[in-house]
Amino acid sequence: MALAAAFFYLFAGIVVASAFMVIAAKNPVHSVLWLILAFFNAAGLFLLLGAEFLAMILVVVYVGAVAVLFLFVVMMLDVDFAELRQGFLSYLPVGAVIGAVLLVELLLVLTTGLFAPESTAVAQVPIPDDVSNTEAIGQLLYTRYVLFFQLAGMVLLLAMVGAIVLTLRHKAGVKRQDIGAQVARDPATAIEVRKVESGKGI
Amino acid sequence: MAEFVDVYVVPFAIIVAQSLALLASLLIIIAYLLLADRKIWAAVQLRRGPNVVGAFGLLQSFADLLKFVIKEPVIPAGSNKGVFLLAPLVSCILALSAWAVIPVADGWVIADINVGILYIFAISSLGVYGVIMGGWASNSKYPFLGALRSAAQMVSYEVSIGFVIITVLLCVGSLNLTAIVEAQSSGLADRIGLPWLTFLNWYWLPLFPMFVIFFISALAETNRPPFDLPEAESELVAGFMVEYSSTPYLLFMLGEYVAITTMCALMAILFMGGWLPPVDVAPFNWLPGVFWFVFKVCLAFFMFAMVKAMVPRYRYDQLMRLGWKVFLPISLAMVVVVAGVLQVTGWAG
Repeated sequence: MALAAAFFYLFAGIVVASAFMVIAAKNPVHSVLWLILAFFNAAGLFLLLGAEFLAMILVVVYVGAVAVLFLFVVMMLDVDFAELRQGFLSYLPVGAVIGAVLLVELLLVLTTGLFAPESTAVAQVPIPDDVSNTEAIGQLLYTRYVLFFQLAGMVLLLAMVGAIVLTLRHKAGVKRQDIGAQVARDPATAIEVRKVESGKGI
Repeated sequence: MAEFVDVYVVPFAIIVAQSLALLASLLIIIAYLLLADRKIWAAVQLRRGPNVVGAFGLLQSFADLLKFVIKEPVIPAGSNKGVFLLAPLVSCILALSAWAVIPVADGWVIADINVGILYIFAISSLGVYGVIMGGWASNSKYPFLGALRSAAQMVSYEVSIGFVIITVLLCVGSLNLTAIVEAQSSGLADRIGLPWLTFLNWYWLPLFPMFVIFFISALAETNRPPFDLPEAESELVAGFMVEYSSTPYLLFMLGEYVAITTMCALMAILFMGGWLPPVDVAPFNWLPGVFWFVFKVCLAFFMFAMVKAMVPRYRYDQLMRLGWKVFLPISLAMVVVVAGVLQVTGWAG
Protein backbone atom coordinates (compact mmCIF):
# COMPACT_ATOMS: atom_id res chain seq x y z
CA MET A 1 0.00 0.00 0.00
CA ALA A 2 2.94 2.29 0.63
CA LEU A 3 3.74 2.14 -3.06
CA ALA A 4 0.13 2.96 -4.01
CA ALA A 5 0.27 5.96 -1.68
CA ALA A 6 3.56 7.07 -3.22
CA PHE A 7 2.05 6.86 -6.71
CA PHE A 8 -1.05 8.69 -5.52
CA TYR A 9 1.07 11.62 -4.33
CA LEU A 10 3.12 11.50 -7.51
CA PHE A 11 0.07 11.62 -9.81
CA ALA A 12 -1.83 14.10 -7.63
CA GLY A 13 1.22 16.35 -7.38
CA ILE A 14 1.71 16.37 -11.13
CA VAL A 15 -2.02 17.02 -11.72
CA VAL A 16 -1.99 20.04 -9.42
CA ALA A 17 1.32 21.36 -10.73
CA SER A 18 0.35 20.98 -14.39
CA ALA A 19 -3.12 22.45 -13.73
CA PHE A 20 -1.33 25.47 -12.29
CA MET A 21 0.94 25.62 -15.33
CA VAL A 22 -2.17 25.61 -17.58
CA ILE A 23 -3.10 29.04 -16.24
CA ALA A 24 0.46 30.23 -15.65
CA ALA A 25 1.99 29.35 -19.04
CA LYS A 26 2.44 32.36 -21.31
CA ASN A 27 2.05 30.46 -24.55
CA PRO A 28 -1.50 29.07 -25.07
CA VAL A 29 -0.14 26.00 -26.88
CA HIS A 30 2.00 25.24 -23.83
CA SER A 31 -1.15 25.64 -21.72
CA VAL A 32 -2.91 22.94 -23.74
CA LEU A 33 0.12 20.66 -23.48
CA TRP A 34 0.11 21.08 -19.69
CA LEU A 35 -3.63 20.35 -19.72
CA ILE A 36 -2.89 17.10 -21.52
CA LEU A 37 -0.35 16.17 -18.86
CA ALA A 38 -2.99 16.89 -16.21
CA PHE A 39 -5.50 14.59 -18.01
CA PHE A 40 -2.88 11.88 -18.18
CA ASN A 41 -2.16 11.95 -14.49
CA ALA A 42 -5.87 12.10 -13.66
CA ALA A 43 -6.12 8.84 -15.63
CA GLY A 44 -3.32 7.52 -13.40
CA LEU A 45 -5.40 8.42 -10.33
CA PHE A 46 -8.36 6.48 -11.78
CA LEU A 47 -6.06 3.49 -12.27
CA LEU A 48 -5.03 3.61 -8.63
CA LEU A 49 -8.73 3.54 -7.66
CA GLY A 50 -9.14 0.35 -9.71
CA ALA A 51 -11.25 2.12 -12.33
CA GLU A 52 -9.17 1.08 -15.35
CA PHE A 53 -12.05 1.48 -17.81
CA LEU A 54 -12.64 5.10 -16.81
CA ALA A 55 -8.89 5.75 -16.95
CA MET A 56 -8.66 4.48 -20.53
CA ILE A 57 -11.83 6.30 -21.63
CA LEU A 58 -10.44 9.50 -20.13
CA VAL A 59 -7.31 9.11 -22.24
CA VAL A 60 -9.19 8.12 -25.41
CA VAL A 61 -11.83 10.84 -25.21
CA TYR A 62 -10.15 13.79 -23.52
CA VAL A 63 -6.52 13.36 -24.50
CA GLY A 64 -7.04 11.57 -27.82
CA ALA A 65 -9.91 13.66 -29.20
CA VAL A 66 -10.95 16.72 -27.20
CA ALA A 67 -7.46 18.02 -26.47
CA VAL A 68 -6.41 17.42 -30.10
CA LEU A 69 -9.20 19.75 -31.21
CA PHE A 70 -8.22 22.27 -28.50
CA LEU A 71 -4.65 22.19 -29.73
CA PHE A 72 -5.86 22.44 -33.32
CA VAL A 73 -7.81 25.63 -32.56
CA VAL A 74 -5.25 27.21 -30.25
CA MET A 75 -2.39 26.67 -32.73
CA MET A 76 -4.28 28.53 -35.43
CA LEU A 77 -5.28 31.44 -33.24
CA ASP A 78 -3.23 34.57 -33.45
CA VAL A 79 -3.29 35.47 -29.78
CA ASP A 80 -2.35 38.96 -28.72
CA PHE A 81 -0.73 38.53 -25.31
CA ALA A 82 -0.86 42.20 -24.33
CA GLU A 83 -4.60 42.25 -24.92
CA LEU A 84 -5.01 39.11 -22.85
CA ARG A 85 -3.16 40.70 -19.93
CA GLN A 86 -5.38 43.78 -20.04
CA GLY A 87 -8.58 41.79 -19.63
CA PHE A 88 -7.21 39.88 -16.66
CA LEU A 89 -8.34 42.23 -13.89
CA SER A 90 -11.82 42.83 -15.30
CA TYR A 91 -12.50 39.10 -15.51
CA LEU A 92 -10.99 38.39 -12.10
CA PRO A 93 -14.24 38.79 -10.03
CA VAL A 94 -16.19 36.43 -12.32
CA GLY A 95 -13.37 33.91 -12.23
CA ALA A 96 -13.16 34.17 -8.45
CA VAL A 97 -16.92 33.52 -8.09
CA ILE A 98 -16.72 30.42 -10.30
CA GLY A 99 -13.67 29.23 -8.37
CA ALA A 100 -15.46 29.77 -5.07
CA VAL A 101 -18.50 27.79 -6.25
CA LEU A 102 -16.26 24.90 -7.31
CA LEU A 103 -14.39 25.05 -4.00
CA VAL A 104 -17.64 24.88 -2.00
CA GLU A 105 -18.81 21.95 -4.11
CA LEU A 106 -15.54 20.09 -3.57
CA LEU A 107 -15.75 20.73 0.17
CA LEU A 108 -19.32 19.42 0.17
CA VAL A 109 -18.19 16.24 -1.55
CA LEU A 110 -15.38 15.77 0.95
CA THR A 111 -17.69 16.31 3.92
CA THR A 112 -20.61 14.21 2.64
CA GLY A 113 -20.41 12.13 5.82
CA LEU A 114 -21.57 15.08 7.90
CA PHE A 115 -24.72 15.83 5.89
CA ALA A 116 -25.73 12.38 4.72
CA PRO A 117 -24.18 9.75 7.03
CA GLU A 118 -25.78 6.86 5.10
CA SER A 119 -23.73 7.73 1.97
CA THR A 120 -20.43 6.77 3.60
CA ALA A 121 -21.60 3.15 3.74
CA VAL A 122 -21.90 3.13 -0.08
CA ALA A 123 -18.50 4.70 -0.55
CA GLN A 124 -16.80 1.96 1.43
CA VAL A 125 -18.16 -1.05 -0.49
CA PRO A 126 -15.09 -3.05 -1.60
CA ILE A 127 -14.55 -3.69 -5.31
CA PRO A 128 -15.79 -7.21 -6.14
CA ASP A 129 -13.12 -9.45 -7.67
CA ASP A 130 -15.28 -11.39 -10.09
CA VAL A 131 -16.72 -8.46 -12.07
CA SER A 132 -14.41 -6.29 -14.17
CA ASN A 133 -15.41 -2.66 -14.04
CA THR A 134 -16.12 -2.54 -17.77
CA GLU A 135 -18.81 -5.15 -17.17
CA ALA A 136 -20.08 -3.43 -14.04
CA ILE A 137 -20.48 -0.06 -15.78
CA GLY A 138 -22.13 -1.69 -18.79
CA GLN A 139 -24.63 -3.58 -16.68
CA LEU A 140 -25.61 -0.48 -14.75
CA LEU A 141 -25.61 1.90 -17.71
CA TYR A 142 -27.73 -0.26 -20.02
CA THR A 143 -30.29 -1.38 -17.43
CA ARG A 144 -30.98 1.05 -14.65
CA TYR A 145 -29.75 4.24 -16.34
CA VAL A 146 -30.60 3.33 -19.93
CA LEU A 147 -33.03 6.28 -20.25
CA PHE A 148 -30.44 8.82 -19.10
CA PHE A 149 -27.82 7.20 -21.26
CA GLN A 150 -30.02 7.43 -24.35
CA LEU A 151 -31.08 10.99 -23.48
CA ALA A 152 -27.43 12.03 -23.17
CA GLY A 153 -26.82 10.45 -26.57
CA MET A 154 -29.73 12.39 -28.08
CA VAL A 155 -28.46 15.66 -26.59
CA LEU A 156 -25.03 15.08 -28.12
CA LEU A 157 -26.56 14.13 -31.47
CA LEU A 158 -28.68 17.29 -31.39
CA ALA A 159 -25.61 19.39 -30.59
CA MET A 160 -23.78 17.81 -33.51
CA VAL A 161 -26.65 18.36 -35.93
CA GLY A 162 -26.97 21.94 -34.66
CA ALA A 163 -23.28 22.65 -35.26
CA ILE A 164 -23.49 21.24 -38.78
CA VAL A 165 -26.67 23.20 -39.61
CA LEU A 166 -25.12 26.43 -38.35
CA THR A 167 -21.99 26.10 -40.44
CA LEU A 168 -23.32 24.41 -43.57
CA ARG A 169 -23.23 26.66 -46.63
CA HIS A 170 -24.38 25.57 -50.02
CA LYS A 171 -22.50 27.71 -52.47
CA ALA A 172 -23.88 27.67 -55.96
CA GLY A 173 -21.50 27.19 -58.85
CA VAL A 174 -18.84 25.24 -56.97
CA LYS A 175 -17.57 22.14 -58.73
CA ARG A 176 -17.93 19.10 -56.54
CA GLN A 177 -16.75 15.57 -57.07
CA ASP A 178 -19.65 13.11 -57.29
CA ILE A 179 -18.05 9.70 -56.88
CA GLY A 180 -21.30 7.89 -57.66
CA ALA A 181 -21.69 9.73 -60.96
CA GLN A 182 -18.04 9.05 -61.84
CA VAL A 183 -18.32 5.35 -61.17
CA ALA A 184 -21.61 5.13 -63.05
CA ARG A 185 -20.06 6.49 -66.25
CA ASP A 186 -19.67 3.99 -69.07
CA PRO A 187 -18.45 4.34 -72.67
CA ALA A 188 -21.98 4.99 -73.90
CA THR A 189 -22.41 8.10 -71.73
CA ALA A 190 -18.81 9.28 -71.53
CA ILE A 191 -17.66 9.07 -75.15
CA GLU A 192 -19.18 10.58 -78.21
CA VAL A 193 -17.89 9.55 -81.61
CA ARG A 194 -18.10 12.37 -84.12
CA LYS A 195 -17.26 12.25 -87.75
CA VAL A 196 -14.92 15.17 -88.37
CA GLU A 197 -14.70 16.59 -91.83
CA SER A 198 -11.15 17.04 -92.93
CA GLY A 199 -9.80 20.57 -92.53
CA LYS A 200 -12.78 21.81 -90.53
CA GLY A 201 -12.37 20.72 -86.91
CA ILE A 202 -15.21 20.54 -84.43
CA MET B 1 12.92 -5.82 4.27
CA ALA B 2 12.89 -9.32 2.77
CA GLU B 3 9.16 -8.93 2.26
CA PHE B 4 9.69 -5.62 0.49
CA VAL B 5 12.18 -7.27 -1.84
CA ASP B 6 9.78 -10.14 -2.59
CA VAL B 7 6.73 -7.94 -3.12
CA TYR B 8 8.22 -5.01 -5.02
CA VAL B 9 11.84 -5.46 -6.09
CA VAL B 10 11.69 -8.93 -7.64
CA PRO B 11 8.51 -8.37 -9.74
CA PHE B 12 9.86 -4.98 -10.79
CA ALA B 13 13.16 -6.52 -11.88
CA ILE B 14 11.29 -9.21 -13.82
CA ILE B 15 9.14 -6.61 -15.59
CA VAL B 16 12.22 -4.55 -16.47
CA ALA B 17 13.99 -7.63 -17.85
CA GLN B 18 10.91 -8.62 -19.89
CA SER B 19 10.50 -5.10 -21.23
CA LEU B 20 14.14 -4.91 -22.27
CA ALA B 21 13.93 -8.30 -24.00
CA LEU B 22 10.78 -7.24 -25.86
CA LEU B 23 12.26 -3.84 -26.73
CA ALA B 24 15.46 -5.36 -28.10
CA SER B 25 13.68 -7.97 -30.22
CA LEU B 26 11.12 -5.41 -31.40
CA LEU B 27 13.82 -2.96 -32.51
CA ILE B 28 15.77 -5.66 -34.34
CA ILE B 29 12.59 -6.89 -36.06
CA ILE B 30 11.77 -3.30 -37.03
CA ALA B 31 15.26 -2.81 -38.46
CA TYR B 32 14.58 -5.72 -40.80
CA LEU B 33 10.99 -4.69 -41.48
CA LEU B 34 12.37 -1.33 -42.64
CA LEU B 35 14.77 -3.14 -44.95
CA ALA B 36 11.94 -5.41 -46.13
CA ASP B 37 9.81 -2.36 -46.81
CA ARG B 38 12.50 -0.88 -49.05
CA LYS B 39 13.25 -4.22 -50.72
CA ILE B 40 9.59 -4.89 -51.50
CA TRP B 41 9.15 -1.37 -52.78
CA ALA B 42 12.22 -1.83 -54.96
CA ALA B 43 11.11 -5.24 -56.22
CA VAL B 44 7.74 -3.87 -57.33
CA GLN B 45 9.56 -1.13 -59.27
CA LEU B 46 12.09 -3.63 -60.70
CA ARG B 47 14.99 -2.14 -58.74
CA ARG B 48 17.44 -3.92 -56.45
CA GLY B 49 16.87 -1.85 -53.33
CA PRO B 50 19.59 -1.53 -50.66
CA ASN B 51 22.18 -4.21 -51.42
CA VAL B 52 25.57 -2.77 -50.47
CA VAL B 53 25.87 -2.85 -46.67
CA GLY B 54 26.25 -6.49 -45.65
CA ALA B 55 25.08 -9.47 -47.71
CA PHE B 56 21.89 -8.48 -49.64
CA GLY B 57 21.98 -5.17 -47.73
CA LEU B 58 21.07 -6.92 -44.48
CA LEU B 59 22.96 -4.38 -42.38
CA GLN B 60 21.52 -1.33 -44.15
CA SER B 61 19.21 -0.33 -41.29
CA PHE B 62 22.07 -0.45 -38.78
CA ALA B 63 24.24 1.67 -41.06
CA ASP B 64 21.37 4.16 -41.31
CA LEU B 65 21.02 4.19 -37.53
CA LEU B 66 24.70 5.01 -37.13
CA LYS B 67 24.47 7.69 -39.79
CA PHE B 68 21.50 9.38 -38.12
CA VAL B 69 22.99 9.26 -34.64
CA ILE B 70 26.40 10.72 -35.46
CA LYS B 71 25.07 13.62 -37.53
CA GLU B 72 24.49 17.05 -36.07
CA PRO B 73 20.91 17.80 -35.01
CA VAL B 74 19.84 21.13 -36.49
CA ILE B 75 17.31 23.08 -34.44
CA PRO B 76 15.80 26.06 -36.28
CA ALA B 77 16.38 29.38 -34.52
CA GLY B 78 12.71 30.36 -34.69
CA SER B 79 11.48 27.06 -33.30
CA ASN B 80 10.01 26.42 -29.89
CA LYS B 81 12.98 24.35 -28.72
CA GLY B 82 11.43 22.43 -25.83
CA VAL B 83 8.38 21.29 -27.79
CA PHE B 84 10.52 20.75 -30.90
CA LEU B 85 12.65 18.17 -29.09
CA LEU B 86 9.76 16.75 -27.07
CA ALA B 87 7.71 15.88 -30.18
CA PRO B 88 9.88 13.02 -31.55
CA LEU B 89 10.32 11.65 -28.02
CA VAL B 90 6.55 11.62 -27.47
CA SER B 91 5.99 9.97 -30.82
CA CYS B 92 8.57 7.24 -30.20
CA ILE B 93 7.84 6.52 -26.53
CA LEU B 94 4.07 6.35 -26.99
CA ALA B 95 4.44 3.98 -29.93
CA LEU B 96 6.75 1.70 -27.95
CA SER B 97 4.58 1.73 -24.82
CA ALA B 98 1.68 0.15 -26.72
CA TRP B 99 3.70 -3.08 -26.87
CA ALA B 100 3.45 -3.55 -23.09
CA VAL B 101 0.05 -5.22 -23.44
CA ILE B 102 0.48 -7.15 -26.70
CA PRO B 103 0.57 -10.93 -26.15
CA VAL B 104 3.18 -12.39 -28.51
CA ALA B 105 2.41 -15.97 -27.44
CA ASP B 106 0.24 -17.75 -24.88
CA GLY B 107 1.11 -16.00 -21.61
CA TRP B 108 4.01 -14.03 -23.17
CA VAL B 109 2.84 -10.55 -22.28
CA ILE B 110 4.32 -7.94 -19.98
CA ALA B 111 1.05 -6.53 -18.62
CA ASP B 112 -2.00 -8.76 -19.11
CA ILE B 113 -4.51 -6.01 -18.26
CA ASN B 114 -8.31 -6.24 -18.45
CA VAL B 115 -8.68 -3.32 -20.82
CA GLY B 116 -5.74 -4.18 -23.11
CA ILE B 117 -7.46 -3.25 -26.37
CA LEU B 118 -8.65 0.07 -24.94
CA TYR B 119 -5.12 0.80 -23.78
CA ILE B 120 -3.76 0.23 -27.29
CA PHE B 121 -6.57 2.32 -28.78
CA ALA B 122 -5.80 5.12 -26.31
CA ILE B 123 -2.06 5.00 -26.97
CA SER B 124 -2.45 4.89 -30.74
CA SER B 125 -4.81 7.86 -30.59
CA LEU B 126 -2.05 9.79 -28.83
CA GLY B 127 0.36 9.22 -31.71
CA VAL B 128 -1.03 12.37 -33.30
CA TYR B 129 0.54 14.55 -30.60
CA GLY B 130 4.06 13.89 -31.78
CA VAL B 131 3.05 15.06 -35.25
CA ILE B 132 1.09 18.12 -34.12
CA MET B 133 3.76 19.25 -31.66
CA GLY B 134 6.52 18.71 -34.21
CA GLY B 135 4.64 20.61 -36.88
CA TRP B 136 3.79 23.53 -34.64
CA ALA B 137 7.16 23.83 -32.90
CA SER B 138 9.05 23.91 -36.21
CA ASN B 139 7.54 27.38 -36.78
CA SER B 140 7.46 26.95 -40.52
CA LYS B 141 4.58 26.65 -42.95
CA TYR B 142 5.02 23.21 -44.48
CA PRO B 143 5.41 21.41 -41.15
CA PHE B 144 2.39 23.26 -39.83
CA LEU B 145 0.22 22.28 -42.81
CA GLY B 146 1.41 18.70 -42.40
CA ALA B 147 0.51 18.74 -38.71
CA LEU B 148 -2.98 20.09 -39.41
CA ARG B 149 -3.60 17.44 -42.05
CA SER B 150 -2.36 14.73 -39.74
CA ALA B 151 -4.54 15.87 -36.83
CA ALA B 152 -7.72 15.80 -38.92
CA GLN B 153 -6.78 12.53 -40.61
CA MET B 154 -5.87 10.57 -37.50
CA VAL B 155 -8.91 11.75 -35.53
CA SER B 156 -11.20 10.80 -38.44
CA TYR B 157 -9.89 7.29 -38.92
CA GLU B 158 -9.78 6.56 -35.21
CA VAL B 159 -13.58 6.62 -35.27
CA SER B 160 -13.87 3.76 -37.75
CA ILE B 161 -11.05 1.82 -36.04
CA GLY B 162 -13.00 2.18 -32.79
CA PHE B 163 -16.14 0.72 -34.36
CA VAL B 164 -14.19 -2.16 -35.92
CA ILE B 165 -12.70 -2.97 -32.52
CA ILE B 166 -16.20 -2.84 -31.01
CA THR B 167 -17.50 -5.48 -33.44
CA VAL B 168 -14.64 -7.79 -32.48
CA LEU B 169 -15.26 -7.11 -28.80
CA LEU B 170 -18.95 -7.98 -29.24
CA CYS B 171 -17.92 -11.39 -30.58
CA VAL B 172 -15.36 -11.97 -27.82
CA GLY B 173 -17.08 -10.46 -24.78
CA SER B 174 -13.82 -9.24 -23.27
CA LEU B 175 -11.39 -6.34 -23.65
CA ASN B 176 -8.40 -8.52 -22.80
CA LEU B 177 -6.12 -9.21 -25.77
CA THR B 178 -5.30 -12.76 -24.64
CA ALA B 179 -9.03 -13.50 -24.34
CA ILE B 180 -9.54 -12.10 -27.86
CA VAL B 181 -7.01 -14.57 -29.28
CA GLU B 182 -8.37 -17.48 -27.25
CA ALA B 183 -11.91 -16.75 -28.43
CA GLN B 184 -10.67 -17.48 -31.97
CA SER B 185 -9.57 -21.04 -31.09
CA SER B 186 -13.05 -22.36 -31.85
CA GLY B 187 -15.67 -21.26 -34.34
CA LEU B 188 -16.58 -21.95 -37.94
CA ALA B 189 -14.15 -24.85 -38.48
CA ASP B 190 -15.71 -26.77 -35.58
CA ARG B 191 -19.19 -26.07 -36.90
CA ILE B 192 -18.48 -27.51 -40.34
CA GLY B 193 -16.78 -30.55 -38.79
CA LEU B 194 -13.19 -29.82 -39.85
CA PRO B 195 -11.64 -28.74 -36.53
CA TRP B 196 -8.06 -28.93 -37.89
CA LEU B 197 -8.70 -26.03 -40.31
CA THR B 198 -8.19 -23.54 -37.50
CA PHE B 199 -7.68 -20.56 -39.81
CA LEU B 200 -11.41 -20.69 -40.55
CA ASN B 201 -12.08 -20.01 -36.85
CA TRP B 202 -10.44 -16.60 -36.96
CA TYR B 203 -12.46 -13.45 -37.20
CA TRP B 204 -11.16 -12.39 -40.61
CA LEU B 205 -13.78 -14.65 -42.19
CA PRO B 206 -17.01 -13.76 -40.34
CA LEU B 207 -15.99 -10.11 -40.00
CA PHE B 208 -14.35 -9.79 -43.42
CA PRO B 209 -15.68 -6.28 -44.23
CA MET B 210 -14.38 -5.05 -40.89
CA PHE B 211 -11.01 -6.67 -41.57
CA VAL B 212 -10.73 -4.64 -44.79
CA ILE B 213 -11.90 -1.43 -43.10
CA PHE B 214 -9.45 -1.97 -40.25
CA PHE B 215 -6.58 -2.51 -42.66
CA ILE B 216 -7.32 0.65 -44.65
CA SER B 217 -7.95 2.71 -41.50
CA ALA B 218 -4.69 1.42 -40.05
CA LEU B 219 -2.90 2.76 -43.15
CA ALA B 220 -4.50 6.16 -42.58
CA GLU B 221 -3.91 6.11 -38.84
CA THR B 222 -0.18 5.46 -39.30
CA ASN B 223 0.18 8.00 -42.15
CA ARG B 224 1.25 5.30 -44.59
CA PRO B 225 0.84 5.63 -48.34
CA PRO B 226 -1.66 6.06 -49.97
CA PHE B 227 -2.69 8.26 -47.03
CA ASP B 228 0.71 9.84 -46.28
CA LEU B 229 -0.62 13.37 -46.84
CA PRO B 230 1.01 14.80 -43.69
CA GLU B 231 4.39 14.17 -45.31
CA ALA B 232 3.41 14.30 -48.98
CA GLU B 233 6.70 15.18 -50.64
CA SER B 234 5.15 16.59 -53.79
CA GLU B 235 3.12 19.17 -51.85
CA LEU B 236 4.70 19.68 -48.43
CA VAL B 237 8.37 18.67 -48.94
CA ALA B 238 8.33 16.28 -45.96
CA GLY B 239 5.39 17.64 -43.99
CA PHE B 240 5.87 17.82 -40.26
CA MET B 241 9.39 16.37 -40.57
CA VAL B 242 10.83 19.13 -42.77
CA GLU B 243 12.86 20.78 -40.01
CA TYR B 244 14.02 17.58 -38.33
CA SER B 245 17.43 16.04 -38.77
CA SER B 246 19.65 13.36 -37.26
CA THR B 247 18.46 11.73 -33.99
CA PRO B 248 15.13 13.59 -33.64
CA TYR B 249 14.28 12.56 -37.20
CA LEU B 250 15.35 9.01 -36.41
CA LEU B 251 12.99 8.98 -33.41
CA PHE B 252 10.11 10.15 -35.62
CA MET B 253 10.89 7.42 -38.16
CA LEU B 254 11.21 4.82 -35.43
CA GLY B 255 7.94 5.92 -33.81
CA GLU B 256 6.20 5.68 -37.16
CA TYR B 257 7.48 2.18 -37.87
CA VAL B 258 6.73 0.99 -34.32
CA ALA B 259 3.18 2.31 -34.73
CA ILE B 260 2.90 0.42 -38.03
CA THR B 261 4.13 -2.76 -36.37
CA THR B 262 1.62 -2.23 -33.56
CA MET B 263 -1.17 -1.96 -36.12
CA CYS B 264 0.08 -5.17 -37.80
CA ALA B 265 0.14 -6.91 -34.41
CA LEU B 266 -3.38 -5.66 -33.75
CA MET B 267 -4.51 -7.09 -37.09
CA ALA B 268 -2.90 -10.41 -36.18
CA ILE B 269 -4.59 -10.44 -32.77
CA LEU B 270 -8.03 -9.19 -33.74
CA PHE B 271 -8.51 -10.99 -37.04
CA MET B 272 -5.79 -13.58 -37.62
CA GLY B 273 -5.81 -15.59 -34.41
CA GLY B 274 -2.70 -14.14 -32.76
CA TRP B 275 -0.30 -16.94 -31.89
CA LEU B 276 -2.61 -19.80 -32.99
CA PRO B 277 -1.29 -22.00 -35.83
CA PRO B 278 -3.22 -21.69 -39.12
CA VAL B 279 -3.74 -25.47 -39.42
CA ASP B 280 -3.87 -27.68 -36.37
CA VAL B 281 -1.81 -30.59 -37.78
CA ALA B 282 1.83 -31.57 -37.39
CA PRO B 283 4.29 -30.01 -38.08
CA PHE B 284 2.42 -26.69 -37.95
CA ASN B 285 1.24 -27.04 -34.35
CA TRP B 286 4.74 -28.05 -33.16
CA LEU B 287 6.05 -24.59 -33.85
CA PRO B 288 5.95 -22.23 -30.87
CA GLY B 289 3.19 -19.58 -30.75
CA VAL B 290 5.61 -16.70 -31.02
CA PHE B 291 6.69 -17.95 -34.47
CA TRP B 292 3.13 -17.78 -35.77
CA PHE B 293 2.61 -14.37 -34.19
CA VAL B 294 5.71 -12.92 -35.84
CA PHE B 295 4.76 -14.63 -39.10
CA LYS B 296 1.31 -13.01 -39.07
CA VAL B 297 2.74 -9.60 -38.18
CA CYS B 298 5.15 -9.92 -41.11
CA LEU B 299 2.28 -10.96 -43.38
CA ALA B 300 0.31 -7.88 -42.37
CA PHE B 301 3.40 -5.73 -42.88
CA PHE B 302 3.90 -7.23 -46.33
CA MET B 303 0.42 -5.98 -47.22
CA PHE B 304 1.33 -2.53 -45.87
CA ALA B 305 4.49 -2.52 -48.00
CA MET B 306 2.68 -3.68 -51.14
CA VAL B 307 0.04 -0.99 -50.74
CA LYS B 308 2.81 1.58 -50.48
CA ALA B 309 4.37 0.31 -53.67
CA MET B 310 1.19 0.00 -55.72
CA VAL B 311 -1.40 2.60 -54.77
CA PRO B 312 -1.17 6.29 -55.75
CA ARG B 313 -1.66 8.93 -53.06
CA TYR B 314 -5.17 10.09 -52.22
CA ARG B 315 -6.28 13.67 -52.50
CA TYR B 316 -7.11 15.19 -49.11
CA ASP B 317 -10.86 15.65 -49.66
CA GLN B 318 -11.07 12.07 -50.97
CA LEU B 319 -9.36 10.86 -47.81
CA MET B 320 -11.88 12.68 -45.61
CA ARG B 321 -14.78 11.44 -47.73
CA LEU B 322 -13.58 7.84 -47.43
CA GLY B 323 -13.28 8.10 -43.66
CA TRP B 324 -16.49 9.92 -42.83
CA LYS B 325 -18.88 9.03 -45.63
CA VAL B 326 -17.86 5.45 -46.41
CA PHE B 327 -16.15 3.76 -43.47
CA LEU B 328 -18.09 5.40 -40.65
CA PRO B 329 -21.59 4.43 -41.92
CA ILE B 330 -20.46 0.92 -42.90
CA SER B 331 -18.73 0.21 -39.60
CA LEU B 332 -21.60 1.72 -37.62
CA ALA B 333 -24.08 -0.46 -39.50
CA MET B 334 -21.85 -3.50 -38.95
CA VAL B 335 -21.83 -2.90 -35.19
CA VAL B 336 -25.64 -3.04 -35.24
CA VAL B 337 -25.71 -6.09 -37.54
CA VAL B 338 -23.10 -8.03 -35.56
CA ALA B 339 -24.78 -7.21 -32.25
CA GLY B 340 -28.15 -8.26 -33.71
CA VAL B 341 -26.81 -11.54 -35.10
CA LEU B 342 -25.07 -12.40 -31.84
CA GLN B 343 -28.22 -11.58 -29.86
CA VAL B 344 -30.49 -13.67 -32.10
CA THR B 345 -28.21 -16.69 -32.53
CA GLY B 346 -26.53 -16.61 -29.13
CA TRP B 347 -23.10 -17.24 -30.69
CA ALA B 348 -21.29 -14.75 -28.46
CA GLY B 349 -18.59 -16.22 -26.24
